[in-house]
Order: sequence, then structure tokens, then C-alpha cells
Amino acid sequence: MKTLPLLLKREYWEHRGGFFWTPIWITGVLLIFTVLGIISAEVFRSNAHVHVGISLDDLRNHISANDMIQAGNALDMIQLVFGAIACVGLFFVLFFYLLGALYDDRRDRSVLFWKSLPVSDTATVVSKALAAILVAPLIAFAVATIAYFAFLILVTLWAGAHGLNALPAIMAAHPLGMFARFMLTVPLNALWALPAVGWLLFWSSWVRSKPFLWAVLIPLIAVIINAWLGQLGAPHFDGDFRLATVLARLLFSIMPGSYLGAPGAGVRGSHISWKLEDDHVVSSLDPSRLYGLMAEPNLWIGAIAGLALIAAAIWFRQRRIETST
Amino acid sequence: MTAAINTEIVRARNLTKSYGTLKALDGVSFDIESGRIVGLIGPNGAGKTTALKAILGLTDFEGELNVLGFDPRKQRAELMEQVCFIADVAVLPRWIRVSEAVEFVTGVHPRFSPEKCQAFLSHTKIQPGMRVRELSKGMIVQLHLALVMAIDARLLVLDEPTLGLDILYRKSFYESLLSDYFDENKTIIVTTHQVEEIEHILTDLVFIRDGKIALAATMDEVGERYAEVMVNPDKVEAARALKPLNERQIFGKSIFLFDGIERSRLAALGELHKPSVADLFVATMKGTYA
Repeated sequence: MKTLPLLLKREYWEHRGGFFWTPIWITGVLLIFTVLGIISAEVFRSNAHVHVGISLDDLRNHISANDMIQAGNALDMIQLVFGAIACVGLFFVLFFYLLGALYDDRRDRSVLFWKSLPVSDTATVVSKALAAILVAPLIAFAVATIAYFAFLILVTLWAGAHGLNALPAIMAAHPLGMFARFMLTVPLNALWALPAVGWLLFWSSWVRSKPFLWAVLIPLIAVIINAWLGQLGAPHFDGDFRLATVLARLLFSIMPGSYLGAPGAGVRGSHISWKLEDDHVVSSLDPSRLYGLMAEPNLWIGAIAGLALIAAAIWFRQRRIETST
Repeated sequence: MTAAINTEIVRARNLTKSYGTLKALDGVSFDIESGRIVGLIGPNGAGKTTALKAILGLTDFEGELNVLGFDPRKQRAELMEQVCFIADVAVLPRWIRVSEAVEFVTGVHPRFSPEKCQAFLSHTKIQPGMRVRELSKGMIVQLHLALVMAIDARLLVLDEPTLGLDILYRKSFYESLLSDYFDENKTIIVTTHQVEEIEHILTDLVFIRDGKIALAATMDEVGERYAEVMVNPDKVEAARALKPLNERQIFGKSIFLFDGIERSRLAALGELHKPSVADLFVATMKGTYA
């Protein structure tokens, strides 16, 4: 039976704008800025800097100084930026996609059409979760990679116009290795995202109106009340169990790579400082480092909670078809 | 006895559904057999849609309900291989393209024939690349009907399928349903407020009022039981003595509706007619909104 592939296709048809056009627009804008920056740098012959995560002038200096290792590393950094901004777009797309996934068709009553077909509610809900954790990220990374290749062509032409050969720098970079590493983060991202996927689908299937308010306000109010209890000296969550951290996972863990600051992901600290001089971008994303997260209970507790929330979403999907509007 | 079980499509016993204190269905029992076209008629809020939702597995309820051997509460997906459903216009998702809708149903429905669907669509102005939101109300219903008629289902449920359509679309809707779809292996349950438009196609009639069945009979039984008599003023008192269901005046004559009175006695009062379903409905539902 080809029900599941078709259900995923259905999600893509409905959300082509978010899944496909959003990464194209975002990375396209980055390309346009690159072109504009190159043009203005040429026109003014000045120190106008083009920043694409790193300064293009830096890149050119590396190339002209024949420091191909550094130039390649700089290119890897730029590829990471292309992937990262696609992920930022993906976060917003997925957040609203999941909130609407089991609500919008109830509001416009097209749920009656979907339910008139021999497709189980479990298959429907699972297809929506899979669209969020697999289909959309794969499209976003593919688009980001294609946009990066377009960037490489631009840079090669630009360097060529200055009598520099960018090809050794590109050979020193790891475009395919970086792409493979993006792809390898997808399963980890998916596991990490489960609590947020479940949380958003749960409200989407349950509420009669305003899924956004429920999904966002409840964690917010919980955190505020918890902090208030703390101020009063009353019993509240503190110490090892950081309520705000837990609740933030319910909302933000659909952001790919948002675990990069979490313990066990191999990258310590709340942000990753990409020191191009003393680090290899491509090895920072090494699976052996990232998959250290699999040893953290944090990941598995979240995944189990996420699956429970998805099960609850299926339960409500079977019973609730009305909204209040 | 075995034969009767085999042809039974829907069997409901003591069906009850409450919304808060309001009982949308109040201990309803009925059977629907194969090859029938059943009109489920009732005033607004009588429980028609709730009954249909229960049959389609779209709502919880108390009591016992068996549709084609399935429990709709637990086996909706399996049930929907044999049951089709058109709810009042425009439940097709507005973003979908005609070609996508056909591709989707082809893929998920084992009993759907895309060729049949194309054949139906070729008689309309609908093009594969169109989105539902670009179609008129009438065309959306044509599309939905084409999708549904291409499914070899045993039960078709129609909930106000022609609401808001002009008379051309309404006529052609029921015509294609009868000529291209219906046969003795299929069963149709239809609710509508435009009773006069479907009464000639119905084989069975169910009136529902305040969550209860007010009348359940075949159209033949209705024809035998009920009679309308046009009575001259001099015989009005005699007619009233027979306890008519309803009395109304037209052109100075009184028209009485009787239930179960012998034809010979009624013929003596005046001219006999078969009552229309609409008149029967109005008489049965007297005082509903009072």
C-alpha cells in the first residue's frame, strides 16, 4: 500500500510554500546580497566588505596568499551559514506547520473529506510528524546545498576576474562532506525534535480555537508561576530540573541543531564559536561528536515524552472534528 | 433470516448521543437494507447530522451500531473502503488541485477507478490543473461527486449535498446519482431540506424529531398509510371526526391528511391524493419550534 508516501506527498502539496519556497527565498536572498556586495565592492574599489558568515575579502586574501587550507575552511564555514539560515527558516515553517497540521482542516471542515477516505487517523498524524522531521529538513538541506554551489560559481567567477584561481580553495573545502554531515544530523534532529513535534501536534488536534496561544502561553505561564513560587520561597522546580529548559524544548527543539549547546553533543558551551583559524568546520560537525548526544538521557526522555504527546494527538484526532469557529 | 442479515447495511440499536444536556439522539433504533435510497428528514437540530456522523465513525455515541459489519467507532478506516460521504458543499480542501485530489484518492482508495473519475470530469468544465478554490460551488460538488461515483462503495452518505446550489446543479446531481451510480448493490442515505426534489427517488423515509424517530417506512407503506382528501365545506365536520393529522385550506376547500383510514371511507369525503413528503413532514413536525 502506498498510503504513507502519498500522505507525505499530500503534506508537500499543501505546504509547498513553506517546505520548498521558504528555503529557496532565504538562501536566494543570501545569494543576492553576495552579488550586490561584490558589485558594490567592485564599483567603489574600497573596503566595502561582503559578509556571508565570514568576510569575502578574507576569503580572497586567503586565496591570494595561497593559504588554501584556510580558504577551504572559510568556504566550509559559508556552507554552514547557508545550511544554518535554511534551518532558521525551517524552524518558523515547522512551528506553524505543526500548530496548523491537525487544526486548519478542522476549521475549514475539509477534515470531513480526509476522514471520508480509508486512511487511519494514526497514519494521518504520523505522516504529519514525518513531514516535519524528515521531508521538510531534507528539502531545506538540499536547497541550501544547491544555493551554496551557486555561491561557489559566483566566487569562482569573481576571483577569476581578479586573476585568482578559486578552484584550489574549493578543492580544499569539503562541499560534499559538509552535505553528508548535514544529512547525518537529520536523524538526530528528528529524535531531538520529538517533544516539540508532539507538543505542537497535541494542541493542534485538541483545541477548538487558537492553538498558538495554548501551545505558547501554557509553558510561559508555567515558567512565570514557577519563578514566582521561587521568590516566595515556596516549593518549586529548581536546581538540576530546570523548568524553563524543559519547557523551551517543547517549543524550540524543532530547530535543527538546537542541541549543539546541550551537554553531550560534543560542542560545549551555550554557543559554538567557530574559530576559523584553529578549528576545522567540517570536523566540528563530525557525527562522532554530535552523536554523543545519544548517550544523554535528556534526548531519550524528550523522545518518549514526544511519542506520548503524538499518541495523545492521534487519540484526539479520532474524536474531535469540530472547532469553535 | 440469513438473507436478511446479509443485506443489512446499517443496524442501529438504542443509539444515544448527548451534547451537554441536549440529547441529539435519544435511543434511536433502525435498520437500513441494501439497495435502498433512504431519506433522513428532520428539522434543524433534530439529530440527522449526528446520526450520519455516528454511522461514519466521526463521533462517539452510546448504544450499538453496526455498519457493514464494522463498528464505526473503532474501524473507521476499514469502513471507509466501503462507504462514501459527501457533506454539505465545500469540504474539499481549498488548496488542492483537481489532479492532486484524483492522484491522492487513487493511491489511498483500493476501490477507486481513476478512469471512471476522468470520464465523469470530462462532462464538466473542470480542468486537472485547477485548484478547488478557483471552482464555483457547483463545480466543487461536481468534482466531489466525480470522486465519489468512481468509488465502488456499498453505502453512500449524503448530508445536504446540494445546499446552496442552483437548480441546474441540483437536478443534474441527483440525475447522475440515479443513472450512473445507483444499483441494487448500493445504498444511499440522504438528508436534505429540499424534500420535494428527492421524494421521487426515495425508497424509504425516516423522519427524525428531537433525537427520536418520528416515522420510518418505505415509500410504498407511506402511500398505503397516508392519504390526502380534498373535502367540500359540507363534509368538513365528518372529515374532522376521523381525526386527521392535519388540515389546511386551499381555494375554499379543506385538505385533510389522514393516517391509516380505509380508502373507501375517505373516498366518500372527496377527492383522494397521495400526500407529498413535504406535506407529510409538515404535519408530522407540527409544533417542533413552538
